[in-house]
Amino acid sequence: MSKTLPPEYYQLLEDIQAVDFVLVELTLYLDTHPNDYDAIEQFNYCAKESRTLKNHFEKQFGPLMQYGRSYSNYPWDWGQTPWPWQV
Amino acid sequence: MWYYEKKLQYPVKVRECNPMLAKFLIEQYGGADGELAAALRYLNQRYSIPDKVIGLLTDIGTEEFAHLEMIATMVYKLTKDATPDQLKEAGLGAHYANHDRALFYENAAGDPWTATYIQAKGDPIADLYEDIAAEEKARATYQWIINLSDDPELNDSLKFLREREVVHSQRFREAVEIIKEERDKKHFF
Repeated sequence: MSKTLPPEYYQLLEDIQAVDFVLVELTLYLDTHPNDYDAIEQFNYCAKESRTLKNHFEKQFGPLMQYGRSYSNYPWDWGQTPWPWQV
Repeated sequence: MWYYEKKLQYPVKVRECNPMLAKFLIEQYGGADGELAAALRYLNQRYSIPDKVIGLLTDIGTEEFAHLEMIATMVYKLTKDATPDQLKEAGLGAHYANHDRALFYENAAGDPWTATYIQAKGDPIADLYEDIAAEEKARATYQWIINLSDDPELNDSLKFLREREVVHSQRFREAVEIIKEERDKKHFF
């Protein structure tokens, strides 16, 4: 549970949290401003950026998402720690 | 359906074990204006609200579950190393007797979460006004907890959550305008 994680884990995770926050914020904004072209462009740009960052993170630290939204290593590593409240 | 992502929406750090703060924070876990009530309130309203705002309710309702997980993380980190004596001193003696260090959907006074915290009127304006009020009450609660807390790292995460309430309130206010516009359009025909 309390395995030591390299600083890169926290750095990469924070980069993901930052871009995903922009995506959450833009999502809610676009829900009430569906015709804002610039915001949609920014949304699509960040969606791509998020995917790139997560691919990079998952190669080192395992899957972020369940049910096939992320690839698995061998052996099955979805259930491996740390869970978010353990870091 | 929903997908879980193995990350918090925003980092949660705590300076030290502090069960007293955990006791206050549980208000936002299982209290009337807490994150559980918020998530369930918005997701439940989706089925009877006009199509134009279903997306917003889905997205805010989903974000509330991410906030619920952040609160759970705070409570977990603040209490995991506490001794029974420390828990008792913090006013969590009764909680410990029933739940050990397990989280429970209750408010700061120990009252269990109840569905009566949520209205469901089926009237879009009434429902959205309830949502705006819920966000404002949650924002105020976060402020009161920040005032009670002397943990700067925890306060950083609490300020993030407080600001999210402001944004949600703003989006719900816009949703009200969208609903009114739709309603007034129909009257011309």
